[in-house]
Amino acid sequence: MKAKIKSNHEPLIHIAKKTPVQGWRAMLVRAGAIVAALLVCGILTVFLTDLNPISVYSSLIVGAIGTPRRIWVLLHDLAILLCISLAVTPAFKMKFWNIGAEGQALVGGLATAACAMFLGNSLPPHFLIPVMLIASIVAGAIWGLIPSIFKALWGTNETLFTLMMNYIAIQLVSYFCFVFSVPKGSGRLEPINEKFWLPVIGDNDYLFNILFVLVLTVVMYIYLKYSKQGYEISVVGESVNTATYIGINVKKVIIRTMVISGAICGIAGFLLVAGANHTVADNTIGGRGFTAIMVSWLAKFNPFSMILTSLLIAFLDRGAIEIATQHKLNDSFSEIITGIIIFFIIGSEFFINYSVKFRKSEKKEAKNK
Amino acid sequence: MIVAFIQRAIVQSIPLLFGSTGEIITEKSGNLNLGTAGVMYVGGICGVMGAFFYEQSVETVNPILAVIIPMLTCILGSALMGVIYSVLTVTLRANQNVTGLALTTFGVGFGNFFGGSLIKLTNADVPSIALSATSKCFKTTLPFADKLGIIGDLFFSYSFLAYVAVIIALITSFYFNRTRSGLHLRAVGENPATADAAGINVTVYKHTSIIIGSIIAGFGGLYYVMDYANGVWSNDGFGDRGWLAIALVIFAIWRPNVSILGSILFGGLFIVYNYIPDLSLSSQELFKMTPYVVTILVLIITSMRQKKESQPPASLGLPYFREER
Repeated sequence: MKAKIKSNHEPLIHIAKKTPVQGWRAMLVRAGAIVAALLVCGILTVFLTDLNPISVYSSLIVGAIGTPRRIWVLLHDLAILLCISLAVTPAFKMKFWNIGAEGQALVGGLATAACAMFLGNSLPPHFLIPVMLIASIVAGAIWGLIPSIFKALWGTNETLFTLMMNYIAIQLVSYFCFVFSVPKGSGRLEPINEKFWLPVIGDNDYLFNILFVLVLTVVMYIYLKYSKQGYEISVVGESVNTATYIGINVKKVIIRTMVISGAICGIAGFLLVAGANHTVADNTIGGRGFTAIMVSWLAKFNPFSMILTSLLIAFLDRGAIEIATQHKLNDSFSEIITGIIIFFIIGSEFFINYSVKFRKSEKKEAKNK
Repeated sequence: MIVAFIQRAIVQSIPLLFGSTGEIITEKSGNLNLGTAGVMYVGGICGVMGAFFYEQSVETVNPILAVIIPMLTCILGSALMGVIYSVLTVTLRANQNVTGLALTTFGVGFGNFFGGSLIKLTNADVPSIALSATSKCFKTTLPFADKLGIIGDLFFSYSFLAYVAVIIALITSFYFNRTRSGLHLRAVGENPATADAAGINVTVYKHTSIIIGSIIAGFGGLYYVMDYANGVWSNDGFGDRGWLAIALVIFAIWRPNVSILGSILFGGLFIVYNYIPDLSLSSQELFKMTPYVVTILVLIITSMRQKKESQPPASLGLPYFREER
């Protein structure tokens, strides 16, 4: 027996793949991760601000949804984040790592602002807004098209290519900000004319954006789940060999999907510039392009789950900003909180897909067979 | 002026060199750490915190301690970031891109938060974080440098961390190509299943290389604050250098010795707009694009040529699970 243990040494911890936990139990694991993360964040906040734990969470909630105005801001943040997350999802489903959402949305915003600036005098507003939308779609699509062509033809690494495209977009926007700035050289664009802002529904200026994204969510769900193209995307994502074998033109699917992805990013830029910020600057997107990747991945590429994950991120973001302002701390507090939450949720996926077994001496013989 | 330009380019290149050497070590084990930008921020701010507490607690600054304490806190901070990444991706087999991006969000937030709130949190009686005493110790240069004219300016006028960066890059290059352990590490990155079958402990190699890579990248942040920025922390001052370091890895086709020259080139491209006469503010912004455009060109050319030696490690970005072989 002893000799056997030596020759057949079994490690203390053994990890095995299991059929993923389904349904409510998987949700339970994730909820547990969020609770654990919130506890860690709470402890951290107490440590930094000398608040008592309960008031930390209450000021988090008050900061996010304390007043009607805050609720609208939260919903708008959610909508924009959701829009970019929807954009990157088809690409991810195809295992195409589009990290360039930031740049694609930014050029969309730039195109929107440019239309308002140059066509503003010659076109009536009800005609110009669709033109702005189309211009932003085209700009975003081009930004997505460039890396996808190289990926399809030569297998160029798309993660790094799309990443670099972000910075080219950022510099392009700073360039145009300097060229068209008023007063000259300030590096800042004038707000676009009020005539070309997106329509105000009721008396809320954010409602249009929110409804627009809601419709987009439903469309994206149907596209991914029930259309032929959506099916092709998932086959290419699972196995390029299978896709080639059953006669899917993989190159075409890669390019088409990235054009769609870039185009929706462009729409997000359009909504931000025409519907909320009314101007464009190099920080207009503000890192949402990167956050969206995490939102989409955490939701397992399901558009409706993405509403929940982007709500979680937007909620924490607004709440943490409020805590930071109250205690004269830096706004970046919210990024730390977001980071911790995401670490926990990413880590929890392990317990959904794998099981951990500890060594047991009695079971040993049975297992060794 | 050319000498001044090269000198400035080299100063700019050092954070990139640290970052890319760290990232190359990580990538050679098959892990694409997109969190390098965050790791470098954390390395910088942890060094600042170490130096801040040290300067606050003593009357006169002892030059040796003033260098060692920030370095230790920097190592501690960036190693912890490496541990977060390696536990999530290697042990828990999480997606590397998502983990890396989360690490960047966290790290940049961490740096800006403590950079902006350190004084408030410690109730210190200073207007801003300006660690001039510590920075002076870090910037000590060789005594004979100014006597050697141009050669002294070009080669010997930098602080010791700059030479550390070059030496680390050379050692790393030697390690990959000339040692058995380096061969094993490359095997893990190319094909972990084969390496595992050959009796190499894949998990240990992955963890170690990620953590060591993070520590080296963290020094890039430390150098930036203590040397380039004269000990003054400014939020977002470090900028996109972390991403540029990742770009440099591709440019150097995963070779740390190429990365030394590559980083100087990138450093030069980064500041070249200052040295072109009569450049308007708007054209400056266009010139700032060049490092990224160059990276894209290198990326395209290497993928078109399909040369075996210039490809990324074959298992880059993929998690390894023994039972899935």
